[in-house]
Amino acid sequence: MGLIDDRFDKNVFTTSMDFLFNWGRRQSLWWLQFGLACCAIEMISASMSRWDLPERWGMLFRASPRQADLMIVAGTVTKKMAPIVRTLYDQMPEPKWVISMGSCANVGGPYDTYAVVQGVDQVVPVDIYVPGCPPTPEALYYGILQLQEKIIRYDTMARKHGVDAAEEQRRADRTEVMAELRA
Amino acid sequence: MDQPIWITFIVAFVIMNVLLISMAYATWFERKVLAAFQDRRGPTRTGWHGLGQPLADAVKLLGKEDLIPAGADKIVFRFAPVIVFVTAILSAAVIPFGGTIELFGREINLYITDLNVGALFILAVGSAGVYGIILGAWSSANRYSLLGGLRSAAQVVSYEIVLGLSLVGIFILTGSLSLKSIMERQAETISLGPIDLPNWFILSQPLAFILFIVAAVAETNRVPFDLPEAETELVAGFHTEYSGFRFSLYFLGEYINMIVVSLFASTLFLGGPNGPGSDTYWGLGLVWLFLKALIFMFFYVWLRATIPRFRFDQLMGVAWKVLLPLTLANILVTGFIRLIANGEVF
Repeated sequence: MGLIDDRFDKNVFTTSMDFLFNWGRRQSLWWLQFGLACCAIEMISASMSRWDLPERWGMLFRASPRQADLMIVAGTVTKKMAPIVRTLYDQMPEPKWVISMGSCANVGGPYDTYAVVQGVDQVVPVDIYVPGCPPTPEALYYGILQLQEKIIRYDTMARKHGVDAAEEQRRADRTEVMAELRA
Repeated sequence: MDQPIWITFIVAFVIMNVLLISMAYATWFERKVLAAFQDRRGPTRTGWHGLGQPLADAVKLLGKEDLIPAGADKIVFRFAPVIVFVTAILSAAVIPFGGTIELFGREINLYITDLNVGALFILAVGSAGVYGIILGAWSSANRYSLLGGLRSAAQVVSYEIVLGLSLVGIFILTGSLSLKSIMERQAETISLGPIDLPNWFILSQPLAFILFIVAAVAETNRVPFDLPEAETELVAGFHTEYSGFRFSLYFLGEYINMIVVSLFASTLFLGGPNGPGSDTYWGLGLVWLFLKALIFMFFYVWLRATIPRFRFDQLMGVAWKVLLPLTLANILVTGFIRLIANGEVF
């Protein structure tokens, strides 16, 4: 997309193109197949034949993060697990979304201890928080519908600028810290 | 029949596009049938009965980021999915969809080319397609991919033999390797006393049919022989590192392979487009061929919903200890019967 960067204002062609792609993204969210704790049981139950939540919306479980669009952090994120969650997130190709499912992933839940990350948003950027301990499949369903509402308004260029700016910031911070360390 | 080359190009163009569209709806078919097997609904929210689902998947995969791992061999990594896709489409070139028809005052062949080694061509191109899997697995610099590629190599070497040898019985009976003459041979009728039966090779070669189906499922890397991409052991197997449209080329290749193998099996064993009324109306022949291929596609999904994956030593054991002796016995018996029929023994 580098060619059309900053060349046009938003017009009917770019916005309808965005709408087409966003429609595709919304209707085929493939989610990453991993669960951390008891919320994963509810997530599995949501995908089984009683609710059949993912398949009806065109969502599939993908085992490889390279083919996934959506990461559902279902359960307690311990400090040992946090780097792995971050690695999985980094391995997913853009555009990607994250749903934090359950109180533990949202804010640490009952485990205010030395071993538990107090909210997965300290590790990865979260789009939708689903409350509950654990959330029922209906709650997860509502969270996914809310995420779809968000995806249809997704702006590819804004996201790209955001990612670029974050990367620039990270590099600047890094050079600063390195310079301090050398001094 | 000879025809100008541009008509062949048009026929090839139409066949290729029909294959691509039917591939898209093969995924929809699989998801719906699989959902029915598991007491679910399948895709319902994307268009009428989820019919827009393949479209949404394609649009999304086009818009995904194209990741190439840092340690990957970049040229091979980019090239490997194309091999799988191209060879899958290429093998459809020799499948006959009917005889010669008359349309708009011209004579048109309902096949792209009639090679005199058509069946061998499909087998050869099918085994060339495995290079795409092995190269892609090796070039992505991932140990899970590499394991998947190694499994794929061993599996194909074993099952390629069974696949080829199971067809030898048909070649003995027909005396030809051209798919068109095999198809024409099956349009004949054999009379067993009061009943007339079509000369479909499933009736004269039932063992070969079963062996061919087993080997074909293994060749297309489908459940229960999907060891190269075993999710439970190897993340996603040979395409673990592939994202976006490169992954979808593998996906396309797999489903087109399924469709082509279904068409190939219908042509070899079920008489191809032969059926009631297909002599008078060529369109009816196409419908029969479509229905026969659909039976095989359903069979693929049925297997996926029913049978768990083989262990690797079981896979090799089945190929070398069970299937290979059976194919050899089949060739022996068929050849002997052929010799008796020719009056060369006794």
